[in-house]
Amino acid sequence: MKILAIAEQRDGLLRGVSREVVSAAAGVAIGHEGEVDVLLVGGEGIEAQAAELNGSGAARVLVAAHGALADYHPDGYARILKGVVEAGGYNAVFLPATSQGKDLAPRLAALLDVPLAQDITGIAVVNGALELLRPVYAGKAFTRISVDATPVLATLRPNVFQPQDWQAEVDVESVEITEDPSSWPTRIVSFEATGGDIPDVAEAGVVVAGGRGLKDPENWNVLEDLRSALGNSAGLGASRAVVDAGWRPHGEQVGQTGKTVAPKLYFAVGISGAIQHLAGMRTAGTIVAVNRDADAPIFKVADYGIVGDLFEVVPRLTQEIRTLKGEG
Amino acid sequence: MNIIVCIKRVPDTETRIRVGDDGTSIDPNGVKYVLSPYDEFAVEAALRLKEARGEGEVTVITLGDDASQETLRTALAMGADRAVLLQGEVTADGLATAKGLAAEIRESDPPLVLLGVKAADDDGQQVGPMLATLLGRPCATAVSSFEVTDAGVVCRSEVEGGTRVLELPLPAVVTITKGEYEPRYASLKGIMAAKRKPLEKKEAEMGPARLQVKAMELPKERVAGRIVGEGPDAVPELVRLLREEANVL
Repeated sequence: MKILAIAEQRDGLLRGVSREVVSAAAGVAIGHEGEVDVLLVGGEGIEAQAAELNGSGAARVLVAAHGALADYHPDGYARILKGVVEAGGYNAVFLPATSQGKDLAPRLAALLDVPLAQDITGIAVVNGALELLRPVYAGKAFTRISVDATPVLATLRPNVFQPQDWQAEVDVESVEITEDPSSWPTRIVSFEATGGDIPDVAEAGVVVAGGRGLKDPENWNVLEDLRSALGNSAGLGASRAVVDAGWRPHGEQVGQTGKTVAPKLYFAVGISGAIQHLAGMRTAGTIVAVNRDADAPIFKVADYGIVGDLFEVVPRLTQEIRTLKGEG
Repeated sequence: MNIIVCIKRVPDTETRIRVGDDGTSIDPNGVKYVLSPYDEFAVEAALRLKEARGEGEVTVITLGDDASQETLRTALAMGADRAVLLQGEVTADGLATAKGLAAEIRESDPPLVLLGVKAADDDGQQVGPMLATLLGRPCATAVSSFEVTDAGVVCRSEVEGGTRVLELPLPAVVTITKGEYEPRYASLKGIMAAKRKPLEKKEAEMGPARLQVKAMELPKERVAGRIVGEGPDAVPELVRLLREEANVL
């Protein structure tokens, strides 16, 4: 089984999710007499990042480098991918289910005339064919799906597939670019960073999420302190109620009409646990809830709960974690 | 400026999901269906653009069975001018759906087509950019606000850690996410007017569905854990458990 994994870079650096996708592809291919190629698209010099994929399970890294490809360009990237996929004769093509991957994959699907499974959380081989697991209704249910077309095209949810270490170096080959960037209709105007260095809630390894129990948007510093104590991989989340109230940006919303997340550790602070919120975070590794109301539904899914005033509990928690990490 | 908005009928997001007898879809009994929330933002965006320009027509299109007429009427009650029901099978294969929509939209070729970023049922998140690609139009996804200018449409697309601003020449396809377009409630007058607005039905020209759902399952219920204690005094024990039992600190 020959699989193409699409790597993702931002600002010329390979993103961690790329290795997850390559490892997932390798896990399938290696058991089924296959091999994995990686396609890395970026600006001049991006080939230096290919070494980051040594030991990821890939055999080859195909590098498509061009000044006009340094930042994600939907038209340019879709056309480059189409050329590489058609030339390679792949059984499957996997992308990360990031904003970029979820924007790019449908365009590729339409160009190749194959269906697409977005945001999958599992891959199995059943009677020689791929069977994909994907959450629906924001995680309230799962479907097992099969695809009657080649290649099988899917995006893989971040934080679900574990990066593996295989002892093999990758061969690097360059892809010839015959595209003329002036024929791409979309113009990239600018990028406005919002979160600084804080990871997005969908990609964070640890999430500190707040709800109406915070009482006022001014009080978010309590959560920000906890988040910063937990380290660089921690992100901020929010319930729908506080996003609808305008306290927090929609990008932080967890649950149906927001993001579905799977961090290893999730703190639900002042969140009662509406069904649509629970759907979005129930696959987290460990869930901690802090709430004044001992009957709040959040405690039915939490591994550990503290009943009490979050304005007393959370600062204490922040302090204990700082002490534990030797910063207190 | 004429605008087409593609919409979908989905279960209300507060619905408790049960698997139906076929084992591959939900049990529709007792489920309340609504206009998908992201599509509501798209309808609102279209209506505001029409109002700001003082001209043009907003057409809402859906692909589905007769029950979807109710969803079209909801959008008409908000203020859309006319509706088209493409009668066809609602499938998990977004490309088949996109082909059905493209066949209809190609004829009228409006300068702007809007959709919700994804449907709040199968979370497929693909029909918009597929439709755009099939029509040979540029597309921006997950757009929280946009502005039509002389050069085209300037879109603010929400991505991890920020906002990407894109400019697309018209005609274009834009998928809308939560942001600028908090949907209006339909007025009583709007609801009455919707009953008299044109709703056309025709057969959808879809491709075959090549992505099949073999089974639908509910996730394992999480076992409720334990209340570690009350108030800040419980924190040291919580930290110990997170460190020694859960191994996450």
